[in-house]
Parts: sequence; C-alpha cells; structure tokens
Amino acid sequence: MNSRIVHIAANTFREAVRDRVLYNLIAFALLLSGAAIFVGQISIDIEKLVVINLGLTTVSLFGVVIAIFIGIGLVSKEIEKRTLYTVLSRPVRRWEFIVGKFMGLAGTLVVNTFFMAIGVFAALLYVSHRFHKPDAWILVALYFIVLQFLIICSLALLFSSFSSPLLSAVFAFSLFVIGSFAEDLRGFANMAHGLSRWLATVAAYLVPNFSALNVISSVAHEQPVVGSLIFYNTAYAFTYAAMALCGAVLIFERRNLK
Amino acid sequence: MNSRRSVTWVASLLLLASLLVSVMCLRRVDRLRAGATLEEVLYITSPQTLKRFSLGYDGLLADIYWTRAVQYFGRKHNVDSDRYDLLAPLLEITTALDPHLLVAYQFGANFLAPRPPSGGGMPDKAIELTEFGIRNNPDDWNLYYQLGFIYYMEKKDYPNAAKAFERGSRVPNAHPFLRILAAQMAQHAGELEMARMLWVTTFQSTHDKQIRANAYNHLLALKVDEDVTHLENAVTQYGQKTGNLPPSISAMVAAGLLPEIPLDPDGNPYKLMPDGRIEVGSPQNFSFIERGVPPGYKPPRPKFRQPPD
Repeated sequence: MNSRIVHIAANTFREAVRDRVLYNLIAFALLLSGAAIFVGQISIDIEKLVVINLGLTTVSLFGVVIAIFIGIGLVSKEIEKRTLYTVLSRPVRRWEFIVGKFMGLAGTLVVNTFFMAIGVFAALLYVSHRFHKPDAWILVALYFIVLQFLIICSLALLFSSFSSPLLSAVFAFSLFVIGSFAEDLRGFANMAHGLSRWLATVAAYLVPNFSALNVISSVAHEQPVVGSLIFYNTAYAFTYAAMALCGAVLIFERRNLK
Repeated sequence: MNSRRSVTWVASLLLLASLLVSVMCLRRVDRLRAGATLEEVLYITSPQTLKRFSLGYDGLLADIYWTRAVQYFGRKHNVDSDRYDLLAPLLEITTALDPHLLVAYQFGANFLAPRPPSGGGMPDKAIELTEFGIRNNPDDWNLYYQLGFIYYMEKKDYPNAAKAFERGSRVPNAHPFLRILAAQMAQHAGELEMARMLWVTTFQSTHDKQIRANAYNHLLALKVDEDVTHLENAVTQYGQKTGNLPPSISAMVAAGLLPEIPLDPDGNPYKLMPDGRIEVGSPQNFSFIERGVPPGYKPPRPKFRQPPD
C-alpha cells in the first residue's frame, strides 16, 4: 500500500489512542462483567442470551459512537488546527489524506472491537462455564459489526469533508438509524405505488443497509449464518464504504482550503 | 491540474461502480434474507417490553409492526400457506403499542378469522383482538360490527353475534343496520339472508377498495349459492311430482316450479347435471361460492372483481 496512506493511517490511530478513545474499553469491561454477575443472579436460563445480546449490542453502539464522533472531526479538526496545510504542503495528495484517515479510524475500531470481543467471550465463559460450537457464530456477528463500522466511518468522513462537525454528527447518526430500518423501508417501498414506489425504492437502496449486518439476535439464539450472506454482506459493506469514500474524495478535491 | 482531474475521473468512476455493485450485493442479500424481519421467530414477544424499548416512540414502532403484519400475511397468503403462526403476536404487539390504530383491528381480524388459505383460521384470536380494540375504542361501532360478524361467520355463535350487534347499535352514530342485524340474529334468520345483510352492511360502510371488493365478491357468491339452492329444491319437487329427474331447467319452468330460467351474476345459465345436481358454468369466476361446483372442485386463489361504480 502507498506508504503516505499508511503514515496518515498510523498517525490517525495514534491520535485516537492519545485522545483516550480506548478508555471506552474500561466502561465496556465494567458493564459486561457487572451484567454477567447480575444477570446470573436474577434470571432463569437466559444468562447466556443476555450476555451475548448485551455484549454484541454494546460493541456495536460503542463503535458507532466512536466512529461518528471521531470520523466527523477527521477533516474539520485538521483544518481548524491548521495541521492540514502542513500535511498537504508535503507530497501528499488530498485523496491519500482521505483514504489514510479512513484506514486509521477503521484500524482504531478494529483494535477496539478486538478487545471488546475478548470481553464478550470472557463474560460468556463466566456464565456458561465452557464454550459450545454455536458460540463461533458470535465471531460472524462481530465481523458484521466491523463491516458496519467501515460504512459508518466512510459516511462520517464524507460528511466531515463538507460540513461542520455538529451537522456531520447529525447526518451520520440519522443515516445509522434509517439504515437500521432499511429492510422496513424496502417493505414500505414494495407496498407503495407509482412515483412514491420508485422514490422509496431509490431511497431504500441509497441508504446503508445496517439491518442485514445485524445478526445479533439470531446468533444469540444459536442460529447459523449462511456463507453466502457473509460473502455478499462483505462485498456490500466494502463497496458502500468505497462509494462514500469516493464521494468524500470528490468533494475534498474541489474544496477551497484557503 | 491534470493530476486533480484524473483523481476526479477515477473517483467518479469508482463511485458509480461501487454504487452499482453495492445495489447488486444488496439485492442478493435481500434474496438471502427474504422476510428476515418476519422470521418465524419473534425474539421479543412481549408487547410491554417492546413498549419500554420504544422510549416513547411507540406510535412509530406500532406503524412498523403493522407493516410487518401486513407483509407477513401477504407473503403467507401468496403461497396459500395454512399456517400463520406469527400473525396473532404481530397484531398483538401492534395494538399494544398503539391501541388506537383502528386499521390494525379492522384488517387484522379479517386476516386472523377466515379459514386458511383465505386467513389464519384463528377466529378466537380475532375475537380477542377485536374485544381489545373495543375496550380501547368503545365509540367505534365498526368494531362491534366486526365482532358480531366474526361470531356469526366463523363461529356460528348467534347469541354472541346478536349481543355484539346490539352493543354496537347503542354507540352514537352507529350504522342503523346494526339494530336490524341484532334483531335478525336473535331470531336466527335464514343463513343466506343473514350473510347477505352482513356483506351489504360491510359494502356500504367502508370506503376501502379492497374491503368493498371483498364484500362485492361475497355477495356475488351468495347470489350463486341462493340460485343453486332454489334450483336444487325445484329438481327435488319435480322428482316428487313426476317420479323422474327433469330433462332441463326449462322443463322445471314449464312445470311451474320456477318463474323463469335463472341466470348467474354474469348472465349465464346454470347447468343441470345428469344426476340432478346444479352446477354454475364458470365456478372460477365466483370466488367464495359453496354450492354449484363439480365434485372434488378445488377453488383457485380468490380473484377479486371490482364492483361497478
């Protein structure tokens, strides 16, 4: 990979660590260990279910919040601190800057998710005393969560390339909520007629589809995830993220930074 | 400058290609997860829990669950399914989230009550749903009418049907037919006559196209059922009089057993079969007919003819 992109990515990662982003892991560990002990005392036969649901949901929500709140500042903060001019005065192209920032943020989230995953499995081991074969599907759910992060990072970066941090956060979070109901949106589109059907279908395909990437409930119920879904979800997440990144590059290339 | 232009071109092309591939992938994912939101497992079955999770946005969540119930019913109905396991819980959740969502009671009970494949075959659940609707919307006479309708049509429970119509007739602005229906039901009037009154009331009291078409098609079927019953009675009477089966329908007219040759709602004559049965010429044109069909006839999926304006 282009060494300039790698450097920007590494710097973004370092900056996130310096900003104490990974401190969320402490809150996560406390929440999950507390829940594992507490649920074991008050529930009958759903301890494992609660730990998986709570653990994976927390991984997802913490990651989404991190992706949005770091992603929206990636470009605007650099402009505000005037560090962007230093970077761009070197032989670094604008698209390399965008791609590097994306890689750095995605890397931060992958590392964060990795440690959280260890926490989920540790809590699971605590409540069920040993792992079972269907527990492996939790890894697929975690992988899908990482795919979600890639899409959100790219969207946050896209909004950050032309909007203020506050509006970018609102846009990104709104798209996350809408995308979580994407399948219902397509359901509405199927029930509509004429122009509204056409418009609803276009909207349904343009917003990110997070519902297909959410298999938390089914893996908590030990239901397998088919291989083809893993393949198409992967392809979808990568192409959607690429699309949003291309949009960010196009906007940033034409942005007047003077 | 050239470098910036080439970046713009490459990024634009990549954007379009990514959009295309992402839509293609999404279509495949949709196919793999067909009806994923309506899987045969409801992970959260408690309406109260969902209400708490909705953080006060229960109206929106109710709309979403109602859409899911419609999609679920439509999907099952399209494949002539005889099991609608999730229909009742979906409707229960919908109405618990928004107890004033009248459409969920009106259509929901119509989804639940009829026998499969027309509906879920769960008249008791439909009654429960409608009673819940009445408790929350006591001033809507349509719900009482619907309750009586289910008691009569699906349960043949005349006392309860009469009671439901009578309760509805006391609601301000109730359709005047409700009082008549209550009285007729109490007298246990003839089945066809009662069914016709119910479908006529349904037809007159709604503006919904689908409900009107459904009522219209039931009325057409009732007309056929009634004609076939009259004709078969005439055949029996002819046999008693002459000791033979009638050679034709016109022979029964000539014998004074029928005032004229009856025609089906499409204007076609009925067929007198060699064994004395009466058959309608094209039974597939009249969904919901119960009489005048060939032995072993399996009705196709109901076709809804639109009523004339």
